[in-house]
Amino acid sequence: MAERAKKDTWVEIYKILLEKGERAPQVPNDTQQVPLEMKVKGFLVHDAVIGEEAEIITPAGRRIKGRLIEINPAYTHMYGRPIPELSPIGAEVRAILRERGKAQ
Amino acid sequence: MSTDYSYKAVMAQKADIMRSSLGIDYGKYTIGLLSFDYEGMLSDTGYDLETICDIQSRTAVGNTPLVELRNLTELARSISDPGKGARIFVKDEAANPSGSFKDRRASLSAHEAGEKGYKGIAAATSGNYGTAVASHAAKAGLQCIIVQEAFDSKGIAQPEIAEKTRACEAYGAEVIRLSVGPELFYQFLIVLKETGFFNASLYTPYSILGIETLGYEVAMQVKEQEGRFPDLVIATHAGGGNVTGTARGLIKASAKDTLTVAASVDLSGLHMASDHDFNRKSFTTGHTGFSIPFSTWPDRTDVPRNAARPLRYMDRFVTVTQGEVFYMTQVLAEIEGMERGPAGNTSLAAAFALSREMDGDKIIVVQETEYTGAGKHPLSQLNLAKQIGIEVVRGDPKDNKPGKTIVIPQHPSQIEAVDVDLDRIRRSYLRNALNSLAEGEKATENDLEFLAADTKSTQDYVREVVNELIGKTR
Repeated sequence: MAERAKKDTWVEIYKILLEKGERAPQVPNDTQQVPLEMKVKGFLVHDAVIGEEAEIITPAGRRIKGRLIEINPAYTHMYGRPIPELSPIGAEVRAILRERGKAQ
Repeated sequence: MSTDYSYKAVMAQKADIMRSSLGIDYGKYTIGLLSFDYEGMLSDTGYDLETICDIQSRTAVGNTPLVELRNLTELARSISDPGKGARIFVKDEAANPSGSFKDRRASLSAHEAGEKGYKGIAAATSGNYGTAVASHAAKAGLQCIIVQEAFDSKGIAQPEIAEKTRACEAYGAEVIRLSVGPELFYQFLIVLKETGFFNASLYTPYSILGIETLGYEVAMQVKEQEGRFPDLVIATHAGGGNVTGTARGLIKASAKDTLTVAASVDLSGLHMASDHDFNRKSFTTGHTGFSIPFSTWPDRTDVPRNAARPLRYMDRFVTVTQGEVFYMTQVLAEIEGMERGPAGNTSLAAAFALSREMDGDKIIVVQETEYTGAGKHPLSQLNLAKQIGIEVVRGDPKDNKPGKTIVIPQHPSQIEAVDVDLDRIRRSYLRNALNSLAEGEKATENDLEFLAADTKSTQDYVREVVNELIGKTR
């Protein structure tokens, strides 16, 4: 069964603003082949179901309708693993500075 | 607004929407066919430097520390010819309320929006500026909408922009996240029209005047500490506001002999409106995808007359590679104890290379840092790059290929500031200026004078290039 969200829940909705074929004339070919999509977060105006049309009130007070795609969406950006190509740099430059210290 | 939301129908209302969302009558500054009263447009805002300093200090903007990077200077000297290796200072703009110099621009825009009685403020930006607008809107009690280009057609968000989304939402703004494409501006026009909010464009007079305090502070802080003005100030260059505002501030401080250098990350070969290339850019700003087009034609933007006119002010324009900036970001953290966001370190990487060309008693100021965090970090960018098949290797930065290979230097001596030919940029600007004329229109004497100022050249130079270009099209 599809996930349901109560009125006033913080959610994200999705909408296609321009279908492919409606895009700006100056847009390159690869971008012409895909629609212009929008995602906006806000508080649900009514109880709603994931995947169905829903209306939200955004933090700026606007009412917008779109397809409900996420309930209380997570921030998923992160650092990830250390990068082996960056990890040795500190020791390398400190060694250069030590050599300079000895020479002076 | 009519219910026709087609691209064409919305764009046709651009002039009207701009007028009501900015409260500036740009038409009255027109002089000739190409020329306009640039200084008049800026001074008519009524904000002089002192007033702006007052407004900014009330919102904790500016007066950021000037930090001498002694270890970095030592590193430059250790690989320079004897006597070379200019002292490198950095203006720690990350100390501003939302973590970047963009607070200077946003503070004045928010102030102006409040003064003019707008109930909200909106900006089309995926970068630090959005966070700054959201922060100052929060403080000023204004509603705020930020429109971002945030994810590609696979739904993959650029990590740096994902962090800006989070930060804007933390300040209570509505964030409209869009997929890739210049129609960001189309959606922005709809938002302005529907809300009646103030357009906090990056390119209004307020947005540029707000940065003048940065150039001014740099000049005065160096003067106070060292008894003289800096020899060179270097600014990361994208849309042109940073270079323009900083240089104007230096001039207002009477630092007339200080050179203004623009620095960008070289992203040549990647298309700015390409869905495919979107996440292959490991930098979202400070790169040539913005700086070249905005230097060669500033009036391509979301306001009728762009107040950011970088070619007027730059003495030199250099590029560095993505790998060099990531390298320098790591070095800044590990030998100076300052962990800062990567894009803001573009000018730092270039400064390191320029220091080696200059005498040891000279002073270079890198005029910004930006905050760092998850997403806005070399680790986030390089992990994404690897995930989508970009090769990340140690090697010679000359082998760096934007979108294909990111080469992290093996040694600091490999870091180079590559000069952009300013003559080529000026010619390109003049070609764009001529192309903007309608059939049969001819540039006037006023126009030549304006074009000379706008390209930091002479009327003789402009006349010569214009004649050459007209000759070619005949």
